Formats: sequence, structure tokens, C-alpha cells
Amino acid sequence: MQALIRDLILNNITNKSAGPVGLDDLDDGATINIANTMDGSKKCDEIVITTDSHVIKPPFFPDSNIGRLAVSGTVNDLAVMGAAPLALTCAIVVPEGFELESFEKIIKSMNAAAEEVGVPIIAGDTKTVERNGLDSIIINTTGIGIAGDVIRDSGLCPGDKIILTGTIGDHGISLLAHREGFDFSTDLVSDVAPLWNMIRAVIPIRNVEGKPAISAMKDPTRGGLAGALNEMAQKSGTGIIIHQRDLPIKESVSSACEMLGIDPLEVANEGKAIICVKAEHAEEALSIIRNHKYGRDAAIIGEATDGHSGKVLMKTIIGSMRYVDIPTGDLIPRIC
Amino acid sequence: MENIEQKLISRINEHAAPIRIMHVCGTHERTISKYAIRDIISKDVQLLSGPGCPVCVTPAEDIDFAISLAKSGKVIASFGDMMRVPGTRGSLFDARSDGYDIRMVYSIDDAVKIAKDNPTLDIVFFGIGFETTAPANAAALLREVPENFSMLTSHKLMPPAMEILTEDTIVDGFLAPGHVSTIIGTYPYNSVSERGFPIVVTGFEVLDVLLGIAMVQNQIESGRSCVENAYSRCVNVEGNLKAQEMMYLVFKKIDSKWRGIGMIEKSGLALKKEFEQFDAVNVYADIYEKAQHEKKVSDIDNNQNEMWEGCICAEILTARAQPAQCPLFGKRCSPKNPVGPCMVSLEGTCYNWYKYTHNKGI
Repeated sequence: MQALIRDLILNNITNKSAGPVGLDDLDDGATINIANTMDGSKKCDEIVITTDSHVIKPPFFPDSNIGRLAVSGTVNDLAVMGAAPLALTCAIVVPEGFELESFEKIIKSMNAAAEEVGVPIIAGDTKTVERNGLDSIIINTTGIGIAGDVIRDSGLCPGDKIILTGTIGDHGISLLAHREGFDFSTDLVSDVAPLWNMIRAVIPIRNVEGKPAISAMKDPTRGGLAGALNEMAQKSGTGIIIHQRDLPIKESVSSACEMLGIDPLEVANEGKAIICVKAEHAEEALSIIRNHKYGRDAAIIGEATDGHSGKVLMKTIIGSMRYVDIPTGDLIPRIC
Repeated sequence: MENIEQKLISRINEHAAPIRIMHVCGTHERTISKYAIRDIISKDVQLLSGPGCPVCVTPAEDIDFAISLAKSGKVIASFGDMMRVPGTRGSLFDARSDGYDIRMVYSIDDAVKIAKDNPTLDIVFFGIGFETTAPANAAALLREVPENFSMLTSHKLMPPAMEILTEDTIVDGFLAPGHVSTIIGTYPYNSVSERGFPIVVTGFEVLDVLLGIAMVQNQIESGRSCVENAYSRCVNVEGNLKAQEMMYLVFKKIDSKWRGIGMIEKSGLALKKEFEQFDAVNVYADIYEKAQHEKKVSDIDNNQNEMWEGCICAEILTARAQPAQCPLFGKRCSPKNPVGPCMVSLEGTCYNWYKYTHNKGI
């Protein structure tokens, strides 16, 4: 996918930037520097913009649905860049005959998620296509946010501590179990949630020089924690070491992954953030995050290192070091 | 305070003498690689990976036959990790990209359901795996399946392969596969231990694997060779008798070809005559013959191991080489672009080495 994005998209678009973060950065969103377009004289807040099309099979999954996912996904992409969500737009494509009752449920879920973080949905578009052209609903959301200090996924420095805001794999495993009919006898549900209220609480932390203590953030969605950490290590030019013993993971997710031969580090999350923070502020940030309902299981899972630049390693529970690779593709359960 | 894992590691390292222990299970390789056990125990205790990955040892001709069936309009239902393994001319995934109807299933029951839901289609289930998957497949056939359902059988049996491996002197002892042993019990391994090879039936948690290693080491140290069970919470001496009974109501033992190893006597399963109406080889005999003929004139016909040029999967499957010794490993061959079967499967040795140990720079 990365190669396809580079070859077919980035190489064929010529004007790719309207501010410090543009298309080539492949971050969670891009920024527009308002100061540049006004008088260019003094430091000014930056507008952050992001867009995401959401497709998920099935559109209704344990405890949630595509509506909550579509709003949360975009709010979180803004949030991990340090941006308060100002407004969302929403474009929906549905096949003919899509149940109206389901449609309304989805819209109500979108609204509830948006209300949670106080972001208005201010524009939209709905298209219907032939039944045989599409088998389910597609929702695109675009979000505009504003940030005093834009936080990148590439800002990690050696020594920074890495906080994960909760348990890994809940979304991916609950979805897989639901979709494929695996009965793990658990009440595991998707973690999909808009994280702005939690993240906004840690953004103001500053060091003695008044600089932001948060150095980098990312949400570990598709590709899971392994994918997100690798991207951060590569873009930041640091190594990352995480500690298996400190990784928050639910027993049910861990057992399901063992049974299916899936690595929980590669499973998608929709309500978690990776927050990298200067070591001296790590405990302070952690306690703020843990005070929020979406961050109760947060933990410091590792740190950025000078060595192994661009790579992620994990210290296992037996004390050995293992390589955490970039996920290669769809999760395929093993056969025996 | 030391936990049990650390105590076992200390024990293994304190007693380390040059020994070579082979496991024959992809899930063991996964645990060993995932926990970097090779890095934390003495280099004297070598852990070798045997032919324990079912999709890796499935011969190319069976994959070719499945693709030929798809090309003639049948629907192929296959386990996910089988789909990427290359046959003589591409994989099931490649065939699916070409527009043929190949569906990923999680069990034979999913395939039977597809057949029931689509009475006008012919569904062929690609039945592979060791003794772990064979009973479930047998049970489905015993329960009754619709007429438009058939099965391409490529099941393999583990003990005969282990006996072949003992003829190679590079192994000092074995970890026997826990999953397979839940079905067959521990007694079929007596034929291996009687040849002088210590063997320990081992589970899949990191603790299980460390315990298995320590127990094999202990047998070697004390000059014993017997079958021991380090997975007694799941495995007993006689195994699951009901599963065995179902398996042999439906299947019979046959000589079978293992990719990378060759023919092994009585090491595979074929459907019995009573079930020939569900045997894809019988139902689609014409397509089978044609696929066999095409293979004979294909590129890799002269290569009895069915591997590509430069690929050493055959040596890796029998622990005569390690992935890092392969000139393609990590270069032309990676999980994204696998050349040989050991890089394709989640259970494959190369895949696990690449995924968890390759290039970690420590």
C-alpha cells in the first residue's frame, strides 16, 4: 500500500503542501499555516485538516458501528496532531435498499461521538449507488482542527517515554470474533472512541523552558501498535524498545490471539493513542491520562533509543529481545 | 525472585553441552522466535526447525490441481495461509486475482455451508494439515455433505516424517508437537525413542517450550531415550480415541509426498473407497490427469524439491540449513514477496525468523 501511495499518488500530484505538514509527510493530517496567508509576521495557531473514508464489515459490530468509527477516526487523527476539532464534514455512499433503520442508527452514533468532544458536523453529502456496485455503506469524514503546537508522529527523541493509553487489540479481535462467528465466550467489545477530551488534558504539559513535553503522538489503528511504532521510529530516526511485561492487554484478547496465531501487536485499535513524552514528565502525563475514562489502563510501555535507528524491539517476558516487524498485510488466522 | 521461566533458562544454561534439539511444529517455531529463546539460552543448545508447517510441506502438484479446478469453474475453499503458497505456476491468491472463485475459509464447515447455500456451484475444499485438522474434516464427511461438495485431500502424518528425520544423524532429540499429540497420544513416538532419540511432547507457551527443552536435555544428559510428556494438561498416552476412530473411518494411510523431503511411506491420508464420491481426485479425474501432465512439462519439473532457483526451503524444512544461510533471505525473499513456502506461512521457519529476529541489530 505504501508503495502504491508513493508511486501512483504522491508522484502524480504536484502541489502538495499549504503549510508545514503536507501530503508528502504522510502524517495523520496536514496543516495550513494561517500566519503565512495573512501577514506572515508572528507565530500563529495552525489549522489541521484530515480526511478518512471508512468501510467496515460488518457496519454494526460489538457495542458500536461505522458511524461512531467514522467520527472517532477523524477526531483522533486531529487529536494526535495536537489539534482541537473545530468541525467535521461527512460524505456517505450507500447501496440501494440499505435499511433506513440501520442508516438512522449510524447517523445517531455519529452524532453521539461528535457531541462527546463537542465538534459540530457542518456539511455533508449522500449518494446512493446500484445495489450490485456496493455491498455496504461507506462514510467519509473530513475534519478541521486548530493547534497551538502541532504534534507530529516524527518528533520522537532518544530518551522519550512511550505511553499507550489502554489495552491493545480490543477492536480488531472483537470484530474478527463477531464477523467470523468465533465464540471466545467473552464480552469483549470494540474500543472505538473519540479521544480528544483525554488528549487535550496532556497537551498543556510544558518543560521548564516552556516547550511542550509531548514530543510525538499517533493512533495505532490499522497495522496496530507494531505498525504505528515502526512508522514513528522510521520517521523520527530513533529506535524504540517496548517491554512486553508492561503492555496492557486483556486476557481475552491475548488468548484469542494465541489461538488464532495472530500477534496482538498487529491488531487494529480505534480508541487508543501512543503518546510520547519527555521522560521527566512521563509520570505526570500518565496520571492525567489514567484519570480519563478512555485512559484507565494506560501504561508507559517503552522508550525511544539512540541505537537501532528506525527499528522497534521488544524485551520479552523472559528477558530476551525480539524484533517487532512492520505488519505485512491482512491478518490471516493459522489452520492448526 | 526468579520466576519459573528464568529458573528453566538458568537450568538449561548451567547444563549446556553441545546438543541439537529439533521441533516439528510451526507453532513451536513461532514461540521460539517470538520469545527469542535461541538468544537467551546457551548457543550450545541448538534449536532446529523441522517440517512442522503443514502448508510448507504441501506438494506443488496439489496446489496446481486446486488451481486447475478453479480454472475449470469449480469453487475452491481453502485455509488462508495455504492461499499464498506458490505451486508450479503461482498461488491460489494469484489465481483469485485472475478472477477465479477461490474463497478463504476457517474450517471445513464453512466450505460445506458454501456448498449448501449454492447448490448450482461445485465446491472443492482443500483439506490440508497434520493429525490436528484431519479428524474435523473426517467428522464433517461423516455428518453428511451435499452432492456438490468434494475434498482435495493433502493431509500428512507426523510420526513417519520424524522416523525419516532420525535417519539423519544431525538431531539429538525432539520436541514433539502438542496439538498433534492431543489427537494421536504419546505412544506413536515410541518408534522414534526406540531408535535412541529422546522425545518430549511439548505445549506452546514459552514456559512449555522451555520445559520441553530442559526435559530433552535431561534425557540426553542421563543417557536415556524415551517419550516424555511436558503437556499433560492436554495430552495423554492414547490420545483422543474418538477423533482417531473418525479419522480412520474416513481416511486410509498412503505413501505421500512432502515438499522439500520427497515421498515418505505411510505418511499421508487419502479418502477411503466409501467416500470416493467426495474425493476431488476421483470426481474430477480428467482435470487431475491434465494437471499432473502439465506439471511434468513445467519449469521446476527437474527440481525434485519443487523449490525455485536459489531457494533453500528444502534444506530448511529438514534443518540442514538455517534461514540466514539462504542467499535470498531478507533480500529477494521476504514476507511481502515470498519465494519459498517457508516464508509464506505464519508457521514457516523463514517467516518467523524474518518477523522476529531478522536484522534486529542487537
